[in-house]
Amino acid sequence: MTESSTTMSNNVHARVSAVPGRIQSVERAAAILRLLASGARQLGVVELANALQLPKGTVHGILQTLQHVGFVEQSRSGGKYRLGAALLHLGNSYLDVNELRTRALNWADSLASRSRESVRIGSLHEGQVLVVHHVFRPDDSLQVLEVGALLPAHASALGKVLLAFDLQGESLLDELALKRFTARTLTTRRALTDDLERVRKLGWGAEVEEMIDGEAAVAAPIHDDRGIAVGAIGVSGAIERVCDENGKPRLDLVSTVRDAARSISRNLGARKW
Amino acid sequence: MTTEPAFVAAIDQGTTSSRCIVFDRRGGIVSVAQREHRQIFPRPGWVEHDAEEIWANVVQVVEEALDLADLPRTRLAAVGITNQRETTLVWDRATGRPVHNAITWQDTRTDELVRELGGAVGQDRFRERCGLPLATYFSGPKLRWLLRTVPGLAERADRGEVLFGTMDSWLIWKLTGGLHITDVTNASRTMLMNLATLDWDDAILAEFGVPRAALPEIRPSSAVYGTATGVLDGVPVAAALGDQHAALFGQTAFSPGDIKSTYGTGSFLLLNTGESIVQSGHGLLTTVGYQIAGQRAVYALEGSIAVTGSLVQWFRDKLGLINSAAEIETLARTVADNGGCYIVPAFSGLFAPYWRSEARGVITGLTGYVDKGHLARAALEATAWQTREVMDAMRADTALDVGALRVDGGMTANNLLMQLLADTLDVPVTRPTVAETTCLGAAYAAGLAVGYWPDLDALRANWHKAAEWAPAIDPATRARGHRKWRKAVERSFDWTDEDDLPQPA
Ligand SMILES: Nc1ncnc2c1ncn2[C@@H]1O[C@H](COP(=O)(O)OP(=O)(O)O)[C@@H](O)[C@H]1O
Repeated sequence: MTESSTTMSNNVHARVSAVPGRIQSVERAAAILRLLASGARQLGVVELANALQLPKGTVHGILQTLQHVGFVEQSRSGGKYRLGAALLHLGNSYLDVNELRTRALNWADSLASRSRESVRIGSLHEGQVLVVHHVFRPDDSLQVLEVGALLPAHASALGKVLLAFDLQGESLLDELALKRFTARTLTTRRALTDDLERVRKLGWGAEVEEMIDGEAAVAAPIHDDRGIAVGAIGVSGAIERVCDENGKPRLDLVSTVRDAARSISRNLGARKW
Repeated sequence: MTTEPAFVAAIDQGTTSSRCIVFDRRGGIVSVAQREHRQIFPRPGWVEHDAEEIWANVVQVVEEALDLADLPRTRLAAVGITNQRETTLVWDRATGRPVHNAITWQDTRTDELVRELGGAVGQDRFRERCGLPLATYFSGPKLRWLLRTVPGLAERADRGEVLFGTMDSWLIWKLTGGLHITDVTNASRTMLMNLATLDWDDAILAEFGVPRAALPEIRPSSAVYGTATGVLDGVPVAAALGDQHAALFGQTAFSPGDIKSTYGTGSFLLLNTGESIVQSGHGLLTTVGYQIAGQRAVYALEGSIAVTGSLVQWFRDKLGLINSAAEIETLARTVADNGGCYIVPAFSGLFAPYWRSEARGVITGLTGYVDKGHLARAALEATAWQTREVMDAMRADTALDVGALRVDGGMTANNLLMQLLADTLDVPVTRPTVAETTCLGAAYAAGLAVGYWPDLDALRANWHKAAEWAPAIDPATRARGHRKWRKAVERSFDWTDEDDLPQPA
């Protein structure tokens, strides 16, 4: 151990042990975060354990938990740790949903015109999808504005995309009740996790008769200038229009949805409206 | 890949920004580029734009929109222009340089001059011929101010050395490399055009001291004016419409009785009155709705509201209560009602149906209970009530039964405002799938002129409802709100006095 890290560890250690009646592991987690925030360098388990004079196993366990909630990230090479994106943006204001609608208006309209389906934009709200914008299917049939409605996250395309790209990562799933709506609803953690993995890999998500029989939906993430998924945009409609003869979402529709999502993301990257 | 023209571009030269939107055959947006320009405030009440800056922005947004859509300009069937109306520019015919900043529609420097022009008759002196009351807002008085104020300008205008134009003319001139043209809708906002003949009115020109030599040729709104050079080289320049007229066109409000309202910086209701010129007894303006080449002009009644979106901007920029315009909805939704508070944003007087230039803004009903959420709500309600008054005037002038209000413009992203409108007006409010109807109208008119779209029915078939808000309050609540609003409006009257010191803007 070097001089400076001894000093550092003493300070941190002093703080950790000097406060009685608190939850020790939370304080240790905080100490780890402070160390990770203290320099430009990424730190490994051994360095952290030495600095805090804690067993490696303990530090490792805390790091795993912090990683689970998105507060730390492990670098791809070498396995060292750094602060996670979720932590960096905690405290920064989230994109106002009305702002999101204002910025997305044109693209949502255009998506509805091109896909001939209804369009919704959603953002996560306490484990559910809050519909922040809704464009009617452009066929002049009677439809009711659903802005403000809540959709189940695990059974909607919007929800799956939001879950897959959320900064909180997997921990978000802990709070979800995987309620069944149809025979095809994903009701196990395992099935949902697999699907979310697929969504992350493909960059879009779908739901085929998982919320309502005979209906399907496709959605893609909307990212802001920091790369954070601030919402999702998608189309939904009758399965025979949304899916091909194999019952899979039509790829042309998928690319129209993704184009719209990208355009909105680009618009959010601009400094002013 | 095909290289056939498959898209139409629209340039929207607005009050705060210029944008270019590329549309496909269904009227869907392919790409958008936008750039804000400076608002120049040389003195209280004066608002100018730098026309060269605007032209540079227009070139840039056109390039950006084409780049974003990954299109060469050869794929454009036509370009249409829509513009902030009345904003007045004079430029040198030989050099193409503006002789003065453009004087915008909000600018009130012609206050005195307008009174003078009214003489013994007053503000309705030219109304029958041009459809407009004398007001600072229109181009004619601004042009007269320039001719009087800029040294030597009147003489140069007489000799045809300088040219007058609204922003459509300026852009057509720049795009085509020297055609001096305006369309009937823009011309109908100058006070200088005769509504019946659709030509400059010699009697009015004489009163205003404006020589014909300085004026552009008046053409239909949808017609091929010429071919662009430069950034849009080879593309037909095929439409021009004032922004509100373009919105009427984009909303496909082609039948008498159709009504639209555009919610931007200011707000504007236009009612299609077909081929008849309706003179308003309730403070509305008579204007040309649009004219398609080879057809008769379609007229409209217009009610304008000076301050709607700009009140939201005031909340953002002057009060700092919100960070972006959209946040006013978030703030307004923190409360259930206006808490008894009403805002009458008569920042530079009241427009239709009052036309009281001496009125000034008031916030009434303040108690210790009122918080910023109530203020935000009152700001949105001000837009709704002002709309209500204009619609009441239209009903009175035409015995019209309004079925639904077609809305568009930046503020239609605000769902709370849309609900407040339906509640206040007691009619359904519908938003079409393309909220950018101003640009769409210019694109439609241009596409129609070159045969990209065959006829008006093809355009009507493109209009679809994107959202609808139904009235949801009881008549008693509506009536109480209306009464309070009227009391608040009365409190804004007679505010300015002869000896007021000029207030910093
Ligand atoms: N979500 C919103 N809620 C309220 N006002 C808004 C919202 N979005 C934009 N605005 C207002 O709308 C105006 C911009 O609309 P726009 O149609 O672009 O106007 P213009 O063409 O007159 O510049 C601004 O005054 C802005 O304050």
